Amino acid sequence: MTPTTTWYLVLAALLFGIGVVGLMVRRNPLVMFMCIELMLNAVNLSFVAFARAFTDIGGQTAVFFVMVVAAAEVVVGLGIVISILRRRPGASIDDLAELRG
Amino acid sequence: MIAQQLFSGPSVDWWALAPYLIVVGGALKLMVIGSLTSRWPKGLTAWVTVVIATVAAAAVVLNWRSIGTDGTSSLVNGALAHDRLAAFLHLAILVTTALVALLSDGVLRGTENDGPEIYTLLLAAAAGAMVMVAANELIVMFLGLETLSLAFYVLAASDRRRAESQESGLKYFLLGGLASAFFLYGIALLYGATRTTTLTTMIDRLRTVVTVERNDALLLAGLALLLIGFAFKVAAVPFHVWAPDVYQGAPTNVTAFMASVGKIAAFGAMLRVLVVALPFYRDDWRPVVWVLAVLSLVVGSGLAVVQTNVKRMLAYSSVSHAGFMLIGVEAAGHTAGEVFPTAGMRAVVMYLAVYAVLVVGSFAVVTIAGGAGSDINEFDGLGSRRPILAVGLTVVVLAQAGVPLTSGFVAKWGVIQAAVDEGSYWLAVLAMLAAVIGAFVYLRIMVSVWLRTPTAEVERESVPMLTGLVIGLAAAATIAVGVYPSLLLNLVDALPLTHR
Repeated sequence: MTPTTTWYLVLAALLFGIGVVGLMVRRNPLVMFMCIELMLNAVNLSFVAFARAFTDIGGQTAVFFVMVVAAAEVVVGLGIVISILRRRPGASIDDLAELRG
Repeated sequence: MIAQQLFSGPSVDWWALAPYLIVVGGALKLMVIGSLTSRWPKGLTAWVTVVIATVAAAAVVLNWRSIGTDGTSSLVNGALAHDRLAAFLHLAILVTTALVALLSDGVLRGTENDGPEIYTLLLAAAAGAMVMVAANELIVMFLGLETLSLAFYVLAASDRRRAESQESGLKYFLLGGLASAFFLYGIALLYGATRTTTLTTMIDRLRTVVTVERNDALLLAGLALLLIGFAFKVAAVPFHVWAPDVYQGAPTNVTAFMASVGKIAAFGAMLRVLVVALPFYRDDWRPVVWVLAVLSLVVGSGLAVVQTNVKRMLAYSSVSHAGFMLIGVEAAGHTAGEVFPTAGMRAVVMYLAVYAVLVVGSFAVVTIAGGAGSDINEFDGLGSRRPILAVGLTVVVLAQAGVPLTSGFVAKWGVIQAAVDEGSYWLAVLAMLAAVIGAFVYLRIMVSVWLRTPTAEVERESVPMLTGLVIGLAAAATIAVGVYPSLLLNLVDALPLTHR
């Protein structure tokens, strides 16, 4: 049984789902951040799977753009996380609750 | 040799691209020169930003006549649409950016944050917003969205002295990242369904392919994910939870920017995807927009009433304004893709331009009178301490409530009329109810400013000149458009209703 496009799409959907659930249940900002990266890469997998099925280069090019965006997100995200952790070492997302109402 | 044959670059109309290039180039120059030279004279960075935005806006105006009114032309091999919808929204974005730059100077002058960084980020976000509203390619739209969002995350967290600012930056980043991922997954599924990410190609494929062969399941799933992404960006209920926290925590000048340019960008992109690219699925997305609009109107104005913090109040009121704009999108959805569509799209565009100016004006007053916490009590007795400032606030706040003879009335009238024209009576009725509930919030601010006296002795607020200028301009524009609606209506009526 050779893997078909559908397999890859299902895998991508599963990875995306894991990312969403992880973002909801985890409380460490860094782990939540990794979950976002997981979601973006799950989308990359579906792009490549579609591109492969269509033999179209467009989907594969899209992946490069997404990778660049993900890298830029890492820079910004880690910058914000570090500036918070410097002020409050070991802060979880529940500790950040000054804004509410 | 082969490479040369394979990669013949697309023809580029540099002149039509000038607005983008000016903003991006200006942002980069500002950052590089600003960091290499010693400290600039006070206020110069803000004025340079204003000049860059103005020059870009001039380029948009000069391009205006050359744009075909049929709305079919595109730039860089179909990556960016070159139509009047995009040009009008570009103007709105650039004017708002210039206003926010002036406002930022009033807030930042004398603090450690005063420097080229904030202004560079403002311009970068503006460039992202410009790309987003003109994108004819979903990946380009995603890049615009990310350019905008990444700049917003940093801007929200930019006030390093306040823990709230950083908290709001992190919250916005995590939830914004989630929304971007949903948006991107939606793009991937649309690509899977139509084999293209170019909107104009997509509509051609959907038009020619017979229904049986269309991959409807993939397309509808992709559409749903895209809608989640958009709903998050415009802060429509139930995807609004980030907005009050981020609006409250972010520096107030940044909040003004997010509420104005963020909404223009998200609604511009939303109109393009839904009305321009996916009119064949209008019966599928219109009910979703209907539900989002109703929830935003009810929850937004309802929760605004119970807030005591003015920035949170304005955040919930911006949720309710998003509901009003969604009414226009819903109205546009009734006739999307037809030869003679109705004015829903124009109503949304009009609302966006009006709201952007109003919200910048409102938050500009909050930067002066809000004090540290922006509590409603801080506004007590503002009318006796700073009468002119209070009059300015009164004008923009009453306009947000939709009082006649202000621009807010013209905008609200537009969307409600569009809804009534399409027979969405329930939506129109709900909109008017929400406007009444919303009016209570704005009156509460008015009562605090004019009728109440502060419990303790309050120092008279100092008004930075540029902030005063922003409030004056916003109030003047509000009255001018309110009394002579044709000023803006003529411009909006020049927008073509069909885009294919």
